[in-house]
Amino acid sequence: MEHHSHQDHGSVRSYVTGFVLSVILTAIPFAIVMQGGLGSPVVTALVVLGFAVVQILVHMVYFLHMTAKSEAGWTLLATIFTVVVVVIMLAGSLWVMYHMNANMMPQMQME
Amino acid sequence: MTSLTAKYYDLEPHHHPEGASTGLGFWIYLMSDCLMFAVLFAVYGVLGNSYAAGPGPKDLFDLELVAINTGLLLFSSITFGFAMLAAQKGNKAGTLRWLWVTLGFGLAFLAVELYEFHHLIELGAGPWRSAFLSSFFALVGTHGLHVAFGSLWLIVLAVQIAQKGLIPANLRRMTCLSMFWHFLDVVWIGVFTFVYLIKMI
Repeated sequence: MEHHSHQDHGSVRSYVTGFVLSVILTAIPFAIVMQGGLGSPVVTALVVLGFAVVQILVHMVYFLHMTAKSEAGWTLLATIFTVVVVVIMLAGSLWVMYHMNANMMPQMQME
Repeated sequence: MTSLTAKYYDLEPHHHPEGASTGLGFWIYLMSDCLMFAVLFAVYGVLGNSYAAGPGPKDLFDLELVAINTGLLLFSSITFGFAMLAAQKGNKAGTLRWLWVTLGFGLAFLAVELYEFHHLIELGAGPWRSAFLSSFFALVGTHGLHVAFGSLWLIVLAVQIAQKGLIPANLRRMTCLSMFWHFLDVVWIGVFTFVYLIKMI
């Protein structure tokens, strides 16, 4: 029986790599927004979101040491399930509520 | 009869070593916590533009303050990592030292955040001012509350390690807290991107 899930706690190198990557991935979007953006607000927003997604992945790999093998794959499975639910929930809420707002009758928008 | 059941059922309960499933269980707790944060993010996404003729993000947010807070959390993440590495080597003094450093960064983060909240409330931009500010305080406040409880846990764990040393139970607790701490840093990436940066474009 394999009960030992040899958890990888990383090394100094992996933590420092993660840290340096995170600093870079944080500094760039902050710099972009503080300098006034990239012209189009939509492009700026997408670029900033892209940096966030990459940095989340960096944290998962270098700080949380997630691999497909930890806990016989259950960690990854739980994470994928969560990501799917989060995406459906976030995208669905924003989509539905945006249209509810847009379709509201004008007199209902009184402040 | 017994031989028939034995084919289908595990008659001998097989033993898991103590704490064998703690890591996975804690990870599933974190994922449920993640869903809770996702709901708060969705609320902010929906209500984030409802200013009720009150102040908006550009009147209120100070990106330099947010950058400082981001740096503090990031430093606390790597110092916690060093605490884990010291614990793995059985270096009790080193583990405790890095844990206290991590606590320092955590408390500094909380101090900056409380300063920000206090500043907003003084400006009359408290959670009651508009739906935007309600959802802002709910989301950022919940994250701050997590950091506060994480800090409390850090103190308790440091005392436990100081008293009992790096016994297996303490190492297990430390693994859980490290997951919790890094997870909060991941949520913060979402916060500084979605709450602050996007609104300041």
